[in-house]
Amino acid sequence: MRWNEMEYTGWGRVLKAKAQVARPEKPAALKDVFTETPAPAIGALRSYGDTALNDAGKVVNMTRLDRFIGFDAKSGVLEAEGGVTITDILSTFAPQGWMPAVMPGTGFATLGGCIANDVHGKNHHGAGTFGEHVLSIDLLMADGETRTLTPKDNKNLFRATVGGVGQTGVIVSAKIQMKPCSSRLIQVDERRANGLAEFMEMLKASTATYCVGWIDATAKGDSLGRGILEEAELTSSQMDPKLRKSRRVPMDAPGFALSPPVVRQFNKLYFNRIPAEGRGVLRSLEDFFFPLDKIHDWNRLYGKRGFHQFQCVLPDATAEETLLDMLRRISRAGLASPLAVLKRTGTGQAGHLTFPMQGFTLALDFANAPGAAELVQELNRLTASAGGRVYFAKDSLATATEVAGMYPDLADWQTVVNEADPARAFETDLTRRLNLRGAK
Amino acid sequence: MSDTWIILGASSAMGRAFARLVAAKGHNVILAARDVADTEHSARDCAARGAPMAKAIAVDMRDAASFQPIYDLAAAQSGTIHAAVFVGSMPEQAEIDADPALGDGTIQDSFTGPVHFLHGLAPLMEQRGSGTVIGIGSVAGDRGRVGNYTYGAAKAGFHTYLSGLRNRLTRAGGHVVTVKPGFVDTAMTWGLPGMFLVASPEAVAKDLWVAAEKNKNTIYTPFFWRYIMLIIRSIPEFLFKKMSI
Repeated sequence: MRWNEMEYTGWGRVLKAKAQVARPEKPAALKDVFTETPAPAIGALRSYGDTALNDAGKVVNMTRLDRFIGFDAKSGVLEAEGGVTITDILSTFAPQGWMPAVMPGTGFATLGGCIANDVHGKNHHGAGTFGEHVLSIDLLMADGETRTLTPKDNKNLFRATVGGVGQTGVIVSAKIQMKPCSSRLIQVDERRANGLAEFMEMLKASTATYCVGWIDATAKGDSLGRGILEEAELTSSQMDPKLRKSRRVPMDAPGFALSPPVVRQFNKLYFNRIPAEGRGVLRSLEDFFFPLDKIHDWNRLYGKRGFHQFQCVLPDATAEETLLDMLRRISRAGLASPLAVLKRTGTGQAGHLTFPMQGFTLALDFANAPGAAELVQELNRLTASAGGRVYFAKDSLATATEVAGMYPDLADWQTVVNEADPARAFETDLTRRLNLRGAK
Repeated sequence: MSDTWIILGASSAMGRAFARLVAAKGHNVILAARDVADTEHSARDCAARGAPMAKAIAVDMRDAASFQPIYDLAAAQSGTIHAAVFVGSMPEQAEIDADPALGDGTIQDSFTGPVHFLHGLAPLMEQRGSGTVIGIGSVAGDRGRVGNYTYGAAKAGFHTYLSGLRNRLTRAGGHVVTVKPGFVDTAMTWGLPGMFLVASPEAVAKDLWVAAEKNKNTIYTPFFWRYIMLIIRSIPEFLFKKMSI
């Protein structure tokens, strides 16, 4: 196998790595790589920070192992190689009546990446995380053997792999249970929320299958925490969706593109676009689930400096007070971008290091401008002291001490992982930065 | 009614991408490759994407006896038979220089094997009175260069064969497209120094489909390689022989 020396980044483009990259096109070629040296897997590089980075090391790019290798049209069980993308699954099987039970905010993410980060979607409160719909995983481990893990057999290894940021091995393929998909169109009801307390009440009271809130992180005073609640249900429409053409961001945008006055103005327009009495619209599944995927390379809008994404989940008990505190600091700093999301989360979690917990999750982008890193660090501290968690798929600034207090099953995970990979062949920049694997 | 596409060299990145494209359009695919175990995965992939019939068959360009099961399976399908030929091998020229026998293998994989295969298939296509052959040549076949002239010579031979086959099949209602890809992002080119303007296999697959639909004779993919090669072909030999490009 030829190794390609490449410089690459996570989606946030702040952290960089230079690594030797192998890109096998067959499972047998992947095995050959492992006889040379086991190495962590990377996928679509849609995680924001350093989960996929292994500076001065080796990684295996899984994007060419992207085939559907078994599909049962009766049960909706799909077996696929780790490199298939969620969009590929959705666009292939939705017309056949099936869709992934859980989908992250970008369809470019790979199956392996969704498992390794135990991602969640706009239906977490009802459907739980991605890992809860995984029936089995074929995992290529450090010893060069491929083992089949299920929630029953190899239970510990399964739990350590789901959400385990690649530390148990490479996800060669996996079987997932899809859910019936009655239509390629989704009914979306949009309503305004005029302040944080109202917004949280609306999110709590929602009985919709899919529920997500856009939040105006520049609003102040009485409007602090205002936003738009989107509730959605699959329809029975048999019409073909009208798919919008995708566009590409051709170059790094200049710094003023997302400067505070521009963002404030944009957010105001975006908020007022929804009539005070609300409205209902029909959207394609792709437009609803992956709103930004139509704009390829949208991360370039933040310019060359890149951006940080902060995402926390907060337990019900501390959520409102902490969110108010966070939003005040954010609007005071004036650094937020229009991309800000508030969501309700349920109890579902499939792995030791699964991110969501019962409560609320807030996600925000900050261009990597002066003061942004300090603000995110402050938000991380608030999250830690509120008993919440930050998300490894997004984080690039948390500390080892903070994270150790956030994930109660970390020690159990370490035991399983360090036994599965004693030579620590799968460590990445993330696990080293946060000392996730613990002392040697 | 579904057409049937024979994909020769189905485990190559381009072959895979093209097989998926025709599967998604609802056509049958016969996936022929050396590594049949892996090609089974691709067959299931094509079936999930919409191919009514998707079957993997082992084939070895150096063993003509392996062609018959493909002809038989194709003949058993009703409707139009097409073939897309992606086979070929490209060892380092330096390795061939050290062991000339290696060159024989390249010529078999890239030229004599596919010629033998297509010659065996042509009567069936003539009999059906339709069908397109897409033959993957190479820009390397446009001019012999010190870096890979054995492979280039094999591809040049293949280009000439395809031109003749086009002449033959056209009168029977068929068609042949000669394709000359530039650099494509495959396992063969991964990590090689000096790659530029590399095309994705999916983009190439789309180009092939459009070329077949429009009955193009010879295409370069991506298209700008036509102009790059125009320049390279027009360099006078007394200069070219001293260059290493």
